[in-house]
Amino acid sequence: MTNESKTPLIRLAKRDAMDPKKVWAIRIGSIVVALILGMIPILMAGKNPFQSYGIMISGALSKPGYIRQTVKKAIPLLGCALAIAPCFKMKFWNIGAEGQITMGAIFASFISINLASHIQSRFIVLVLMMLAGALGGALWAFIPGFFKAKYNTNETLFTLMMNYIAIGIVRWLQGGPWEGRPGTQIIPMFPDNARLPNVFGVYCGWIIVLVLVVLVHIYMNYTKHGYEVAVIGDSLNTARYAGMNVGWVMMRTMLLSGAISGVVGWMLVSGANGTLNSDVAGGVGFTSITVAWLSQLNSFAMIIIASILAIIDKGSATLQTKLSVPASVAEIVSGILLFCMLGCEFFINYKLIFRGKKDKEVQA
Amino acid sequence: MNALVLLFGAAGAYGTALMFGTLGEILTEKSGNMNLGVEGIMYMGGIFGLIAPNLYEQAVGEGNANPFVAILLAIVAAFAVGALAGALFSFITVTLRANQNVTGLAMATFGTGVAKFAGELRRLQIGGYVTLSNDLKFAFDNKFMPDFLKNIPIVGRIIFNQSEFFYMGIILAIAMHLFLTKTKTGLYLRAVGESPVTADAAGINITKYKYIATMVGGGITAIGGMVYTMTTAGCVWIEASLSGTGWLAVALVIFCTWRPLNAIWSSILFGALMIMYLRIIVPFFPTELYKILPYVVTIIVLVITSMRNIKDKQPPASLGVNYFREER
Repeated sequence: MTNESKTPLIRLAKRDAMDPKKVWAIRIGSIVVALILGMIPILMAGKNPFQSYGIMISGALSKPGYIRQTVKKAIPLLGCALAIAPCFKMKFWNIGAEGQITMGAIFASFISINLASHIQSRFIVLVLMMLAGALGGALWAFIPGFFKAKYNTNETLFTLMMNYIAIGIVRWLQGGPWEGRPGTQIIPMFPDNARLPNVFGVYCGWIIVLVLVVLVHIYMNYTKHGYEVAVIGDSLNTARYAGMNVGWVMMRTMLLSGAISGVVGWMLVSGANGTLNSDVAGGVGFTSITVAWLSQLNSFAMIIIASILAIIDKGSATLQTKLSVPASVAEIVSGILLFCMLGCEFFINYKLIFRGKKDKEVQA
Repeated sequence: MNALVLLFGAAGAYGTALMFGTLGEILTEKSGNMNLGVEGIMYMGGIFGLIAPNLYEQAVGEGNANPFVAILLAIVAAFAVGALAGALFSFITVTLRANQNVTGLAMATFGTGVAKFAGELRRLQIGGYVTLSNDLKFAFDNKFMPDFLKNIPIVGRIIFNQSEFFYMGIILAIAMHLFLTKTKTGLYLRAVGESPVTADAAGINITKYKYIATMVGGGITAIGGMVYTMTTAGCVWIEASLSGTGWLAVALVIFCTWRPLNAIWSSILFGALMIMYLRIIVPFFPTELYKILPYVVTIIVLVITSMRNIKDKQPPASLGVNYFREER
């Protein structure tokens, strides 16, 4: 008897492996729990949560025009989540996607502003802009990657500070060298040959990101590079012992990640907005971290999660206009989603054993 | 020279907010918990620290409010919300063993969301800006030191022309320094952050220390947000103006090499960098590029500290790593 009272009420044991179906059931369950918890702020605003969720969904999906706007929001989220997935897999905390998008957008805009009028072919202009965007983003990501690899400089803060610098540069360009009419603080709209064409009413960036989904999936799962990234993420010492050049892999992965973010930046200026402004990334770099982590860095799951977050984002704007529930409810819900997803991994990796349960099993 | 004195005099106000943010995060990180959610926690402190005296003033009627009670309420409200955030962070990372980096990022998103939501809701409730009466505004930014001290050349403007929170911050920094270096509990806390395996073997309750340090640290951090709203922002809630402060505080923790006393001067220095573009005009240099100066300096500091790699200026050895007794 004394022995039993000393056993803690709940004990933990590591699970060996769980049925993948059950794993995803737990994850989907945690999303449902998060959506239920997300009703709390709506209740506090004195509104009916079910009606509010209904308005959010209809505001995002009930008309073709709304769907187009939602897709437009999902494109950069998905693209950027694909960009940070390799970094996060490597446990390199790149939270500078915002700045990498902005830098890609600046480089792409440079082509549009300086070269577009000299080149006839829309295709060549767009390809040049894409390459410039990729270069800008890659450069902006390489700098922190280099210092992390060489001196183990804290990458979280480094990449974050690079965001503010990139945005500051756009503010300067907007009010200075690239300003349209003096005093407007606005860069003029790009010429037609620097704009991405629409397909089914949305700029064709959605095709590009879907291609990227497949490419990133192959890169992460079926290439030597992807394998190296996974090993470094799991154990730095194993990677070193296996003779991998860890520093180079980090720099290479950051170059790639930055390049994808830069391409997203190009799509935003060339497709979504038609010009460059300091709000070009508009928080996408941060929200996409949520997308990447909620989908467990799985490229195909990112399509679903990016759509869900785009629906919440678009829907919350409708909710604000219709029921005057502040649109920041979207941030709260995506925060709660992340918390629940992080927490639910515990129940996948460990099982709880309650005191006395084992005795019953023995009796049975 | 005069411009520099004026600059640092004004920097004290913004620096005080940073000081609380940094001190809170130092305490948290000493336990080995790296809470990257400082931005969100300061945001929540910023709004709830304003709403509490705002509600109080509404309850007793304008003019009847006691400034002392209002300040106390602001501190308590901010601390409480920060401690709750710290508890949530600890629950997810310590009890549920999730990754600290991502949990911190989630906290940053969640906290800013909650703060903006609460601010907007309160604005709609009272149908105007969330703010306080002029009497209370004065009480919160009361530069109460006697004139003869303020008139001392140079030092007077920088050190004695500050609000009450500035001195609270300095006292807190000294107290935290003494706590960490001179008390047994402080030693235990450092042991938990440096080597949880050793601390566990010595019979220290790791979970308890991590929870309490993160909660108190979160509370102090949130007070930083409250100080910002109540002094620099003039007791008005403007949701965009606080943005970036929390992240700067996280960077300052590294700059201070995890020492509370360093937080005093370094936060004033960074406060100065943040407002330098307003005070010291450089001809022909675009303001927008001038504004990114603090971030460039932060990067340079990060790089230099990592390059020098000095033994006694390192983070707590287990920072950011969760402790599982079973995995020893």
